[in-house]
Amino acid sequence: MGDEVKDIIMSSIRRDIMNNTLSKGVRFDGRKFDEYRPIEVQRGVIKTAEGSAMGKIGETLVLVATKFDVVKPFSDRPKEGVMVTNSELLPLASPGFEPGPPNENSIEVARVVDRALRSAECVDLSSFFIEDEKVLGLYVDLYVLNHSGNYTDTATLAATAALMDTKLPKIEGGKIIRGEYTGMLNPTKLPVTTTMVKVGENWLVDPSRDEERVLETSMTIGTTEGHVCAMQKGKGSLSKDELITAMDIAFKRGDDIRNILKG
Amino acid sequence: MASSEGKIPLIINGKRTDGRDMEDLRNLRIEVGVIPEADGSAFVEWGGNKIVCGVYGPRECIPRHGASPYHALIKCRYMMSPFASLEEHSRSGPSRRSTELSKVIREVFENLIIAEKFPNTQIDVYIDVLQADGGTRTASVTAAAVALANAGIPMKDMVASVAVGKAGGMLAIDLNKLEDNFGQSDVPFAISHRDRKVLLLQMDGLLTRDEVIQMLEMAERGCDKVHEVQADALKRFYEKGEEEAVKW
Repeated sequence: MGDEVKDIIMSSIRRDIMNNTLSKGVRFDGRKFDEYRPIEVQRGVIKTAEGSAMGKIGETLVLVATKFDVVKPFSDRPKEGVMVTNSELLPLASPGFEPGPPNENSIEVARVVDRALRSAECVDLSSFFIEDEKVLGLYVDLYVLNHSGNYTDTATLAATAALMDTKLPKIEGGKIIRGEYTGMLNPTKLPVTTTMVKVGENWLVDPSRDEERVLETSMTIGTTEGHVCAMQKGKGSLSKDELITAMDIAFKRGDDIRNILKG
Repeated sequence: MASSEGKIPLIINGKRTDGRDMEDLRNLRIEVGVIPEADGSAFVEWGGNKIVCGVYGPRECIPRHGASPYHALIKCRYMMSPFASLEEHSRSGPSRRSTELSKVIREVFENLIIAEKFPNTQIDVYIDVLQADGGTRTASVTAAAVALANAGIPMKDMVASVAVGKAGGMLAIDLNKLEDNFGQSDVPFAISHRDRKVLLLQMDGLLTRDEVIQMLEMAERGCDKVHEVQADALKRFYEKGEEEAVKW
């Protein structure tokens, strides 16, 4: 557990400097409070997958790949396809990540991203029906490759970009013909999440790893064009006013990110 | 392998299915320092393989009772992503195959790392295969060697790795997935650069003694080419001033 502890604890000197700069209205890395680090998306990086994208916010890197399989539908939704989101906090991504089965953080990010994609209804699962007892299953794998803070937003960014990159497989006789496609998935909405943390009295968008180490409250809000599609409060608490402000910021920054996705 | 061999012609007019000659490597690109949080890292794109390696350490040994007072423990984890192959979504987590590969890759570096310098610690070598196209273990060793060098871990020698196989009855270097699946033999080698020691050697299929010797000689020539790309990647990384965007 040594590295886990080392990764979380921050020296008091560093913490003091951070609070000092924040009181002057600037962040440690020179950003404004509501400013993201540079955002980049690279699509189609994995040729073996039906869709993929590398999302980058600052130094944080998340690869998302999508794959289709033929699966059995859930018994309560026999005419609908299935979407499964999994995440891997790879131990190569941070001194704080360890090998082994997914821990609560890993499961949480997968579920938050899953909710954002699912609630946004950007994928029409009823179009995944093949025949009785056979539907398409869409696997969305989140691979956190470098964790320098805020892998949640980076993962959602890459997941949405991967869906935009996803090709629909050709199906013959109830089987997927690998490597042949009939078109694009074309997600109808572009869900993204915006994570904000409270350090002292200040709300900071897109926390760096240092800011995550000292945060009191953490709030993630997923948006589509005009709708909130997911919310997840992490640590701490926030007031109603703070939540409203957070939503306003999430829509603004969310639209910025959507523009990057469209561009 | 045996059941499907020969069904697909792997050599046509003296050329391989992807147009290569017998001793041609696929395109190899190496990027250093792709994981800023890690102590050392490398990304290798080799044909259709995409492999990322991150190194941490020497750091505290976990669990502590496993530590040695004489040398650092070298721990290696090779993992294949569930989206790495063109076939169905595979299960994530360790498999019998990945457990074995983790072991043989670790045994390559136990020969090279000067572990006596760091008693009571461990050095973690994490290798993740993002996209697979045959020859992932040799690409993994190639990536890990660069990542360890990038982490500043003292090593007695550098190592490069490449497989030599038999496809369509001919000996060929650096088999792609098609040749691997439908060929008659696959022999991955890892060879240290200065000492010329074989640090990894596995084999399947049927080969004559002469064929094995010939394969080793081909592997030596191939490893020299791989070494050049490794050294060039490290030089580029330490020479460049501005951060360049990595193409994944």
